[in-house]
Amino acid sequence: MEAHAMEHGHGAPKGITRWLTTTNHKDIGTMYLWFAGAMFLFAGLMAMGIRAELFQPGMQIMSPEFFNQLTTLHGLIMVFGAIMPAMAGFANWQIPLMIGAPDMAFPRMNNWSFWILPAAAILLVLSMFVPGGAVATGWTLYPPLYIQGGISYDLTIFAVHILGASSIMASLNIITTILNMRAPGMTMMKMPLFVWTWLITAFLLIAVMPVLAGAVTMLLTDRNFGTHFFDAAGGGDPVLFQHVFWFFGHPEVYILILPAFGLVSTVIPTFARKPLFGYSSMVYATASIAILSFLVWAHHMFTVGMPTAGQLYFMYATMLIAVPTGVKVFNWVATMWKGSLTFETPMLFAIGFVSMFTIGGFTGLVLAMAPIDIQMQDTYYVVAHFHYVLVSGALFAIYAGVYYWLPKWTGHMYNETLGKWHFWLSMISFNVLFFPQHFLGMAGMPRRIPDYALQFTEFNQISSIGGFMFGASQILMLIVIVQAIRGGKKAEAKVWEGAQGLEWTVASPPPYHTFETAPEVK
Amino acid sequence: MGHRRPLPVVLATLLAGLAFPALADYQLNFPPPKTGLAQQIYDLNVLVMWICVGIFIVVFGAMFYAIWKHRKSVGHKAEQFHESTTVEIIWTTIPFLILVGMAWPATKLIIEQKDTSNPDVTVKITGYQWKWEYDYLQDGVKFMSVLSTPRDQIENKAAKGANYLLEVDEPMVVPVGKKVRMLFTANDVIHAWWVPALGIKQDAIPGFIRDAWFTANEVGTYRGQCAELCGKDHGFMPIVVEVKSEADYKAWLEAKKAKAVAAAADAGKVFGKDELMARGATVYNANCASCHMPNGAGIPGAFPAITGSKIATGAKEGHIAMALNGKPGTAMPAFGPQLNDADIAAVVTYQRNGLGNSTGDLVQPADVKALRK
Ligand code: HEC
Ligand SMILES: [Cu+2]
Repeated sequence: MEAHAMEHGHGAPKGITRWLTTTNHKDIGTMYLWFAGAMFLFAGLMAMGIRAELFQPGMQIMSPEFFNQLTTLHGLIMVFGAIMPAMAGFANWQIPLMIGAPDMAFPRMNNWSFWILPAAAILLVLSMFVPGGAVATGWTLYPPLYIQGGISYDLTIFAVHILGASSIMASLNIITTILNMRAPGMTMMKMPLFVWTWLITAFLLIAVMPVLAGAVTMLLTDRNFGTHFFDAAGGGDPVLFQHVFWFFGHPEVYILILPAFGLVSTVIPTFARKPLFGYSSMVYATASIAILSFLVWAHHMFTVGMPTAGQLYFMYATMLIAVPTGVKVFNWVATMWKGSLTFETPMLFAIGFVSMFTIGGFTGLVLAMAPIDIQMQDTYYVVAHFHYVLVSGALFAIYAGVYYWLPKWTGHMYNETLGKWHFWLSMISFNVLFFPQHFLGMAGMPRRIPDYALQFTEFNQISSIGGFMFGASQILMLIVIVQAIRGGKKAEAKVWEGAQGLEWTVASPPPYHTFETAPEVK
Repeated sequence: MGHRRPLPVVLATLLAGLAFPALADYQLNFPPPKTGLAQQIYDLNVLVMWICVGIFIVVFGAMFYAIWKHRKSVGHKAEQFHESTTVEIIWTTIPFLILVGMAWPATKLIIEQKDTSNPDVTVKITGYQWKWEYDYLQDGVKFMSVLSTPRDQIENKAAKGANYLLEVDEPMVVPVGKKVRMLFTANDVIHAWWVPALGIKQDAIPGFIRDAWFTANEVGTYRGQCAELCGKDHGFMPIVVEVKSEADYKAWLEAKKAKAVAAAADAGKVFGKDELMARGATVYNANCASCHMPNGAGIPGAFPAITGSKIATGAKEGHIAMALNGKPGTAMPAFGPQLNDADIAAVVTYQRNGLGNSTGDLVQPADVKALRK
């Protein structure tokens, strides 16, 4: 009875049970974002360990086994624990506000999709402390190496299953919400682009998370129940795993980046004071990227030794992705063209995104060229490439989004000076950290090695220094957020002069329940 | 590009006050290519890179122009245009045409890379955790190649040599100017054989045979590394290829064959304890110490200790069988196909009477032979 009363009241319930039992999209969004932040710091510390070991040739502070565990967990946690939950946090907070819905379609399932995440995180962290240590195969989990591992390898498989279940539930929720709960008058082609990108991402997630679950289940039975899916001696095929994994893995990288496109497409028009250029072409480009993403997986496998026709097909298909991606970049630049630009922190991160992500796109094009990829595959060039698209790509977009909506969420303006410092320090140290890694890869340094030949020393030292600077700079973000939560200049309903959309029609912070009667969209 | 040292890089280094000035080496591109394939990859990469730089300058030139001129603080008023089908078509078509232009040379190169027909020399290369085996199929020469950098250098107890981590006990040797075809497979997990100067990277996969080829156009020593994460010592399984003149190559082959004949003679011999222990220590350090550790203590949770092990202090037969056949489904490899009877006899004897064990019994090559299937 009391719980019933609370759910329909106007304020939030108090205490820990508020967070455990909440079905409110804003609370759940907040929890996703804090969870992502915590995981980001944790996996970031692991990266600091990696860069410290690589500061000099020779083994200094850890064993090769532990180094491999760090690279693996850093990757797994950043992808599944930081970037994906952060995007889910934005989806929860913003999609109902942007489409004028009172909440997500399935609020109780929403609670579950979040609350099983910490269980997966605990399994992963626990796996570091079992005999033999955590998984040390890299986040790609390739057998037969994966078959050799200890108990932590089974724990990790369970963690992946849970993470997958969480993503699928979140996606079902997002799709249903977007398709059924839009305010009257909001047609599909009037939806904010962020909503579009998440709709497409959610379909991708539902399509590929079961594929990953299948692949790791086969690993599990190979390890424990005597099957031989991936064991050549038993008639299995180790390469099969790679095909299945990348059939998941390539769409996965778009799962990480499409919502980022949505965030940037929201921020740039606001600070250009000009509508997004080529809205419908942006929607079509997003959809084409999503479809193409299912057709290019084996470009991660050019050195496996495919037949000539396979090499050629996967090269052509991959190169094709450059076309819709290029369209997006051109549209962003065209949105800024002849605008009335200002450069608050969200805009700085969005511009940082567009320029750095493009560098990652170019190196992606280089890697798509199969003959060149023969030299680049599994080197630091690849490490540099995917950090340009995931750090200065997905992460910078997340930062842009956080600064953009922080006043809306907390009701207080954040500290603009600190925000700008955060941007510039991140931008500079990011490039000091990752740009030299292109050179290292071309000169011959493989990835995932704890020690290296002497000619790689200088660039590794520069990279490590950049890494420590980048790591330290992220503390600023934490300070800015905590400050904004605790107080500061009162934010108005419409925080930014150029902001468009329904979320700016409600107060900052929004009341616990919004749009209980649907707004009218013209 | 080669070995230039651009100013910003040098400045960054000085600013950071770094050590190792004597070794300063800021290579910005692939190592100088030594095969036709490597040269073409190099050129294609340079071409693609300049195209990308060109596009970057045009697109971001426009963006920074907008940032400069179309800012609110200089009083620019926003225009409200937001669509143009013509423009969209143009910037879809032009990139597409550029891509077609890039795909053309790439296609030709892929077809050439895949053409392994009519080789002069064929070498079968097998990846093991953490070493490479080279098998010269036509000549009956076969050997293992392991990292030769001393542990002390890795653990920072001794100064590091010039070829730190890129040196092996027995390099692969090939003749210059001849088409060398390599067949790749692996024994345990997936490895990848990579020598940048030769322009080859190929995964070595258990249960599969893959091939690749090169023709080296210059005598010299070329170095590379395993490129696929293959376990704890992935970073410590380098590749060294010595390209020799035809005559030197022939002489090397003959010397190798003579050595194999001498080794075969050991098979029937009965050894004394000291001989077995000395040889056993060498075999152990080259083949077993990476997992079971040089002192036999293993790594808890991953690799069992030999010291006090039930198998290493139990019946001889079980111990020999473990060394010969390994244990399927674990990291313990089968050494039967890798080591000859005398080596296995020696290493088993060493494990039973060294590393803190003392069973007192000796294992002879004949004991091993009897247990081979
Ligand atoms: C790639 C790692 C690796 C290498 C190299 C290796 N071993 Fe092992 N070894 C293992 C593992 C793992 C086990 C445990 C297998 C199991 O689960 O029973 C093992 C078990 C053993 C055992 C049984 C120990 C016990 O008490 O269970 C013996 C004896 C042994 N190895 C001998 C050797 C010899 C001899 C060599 C070198 C010629 C060698 N190993 C090289 C990984 C390795
Ligand atoms: Cu290897």
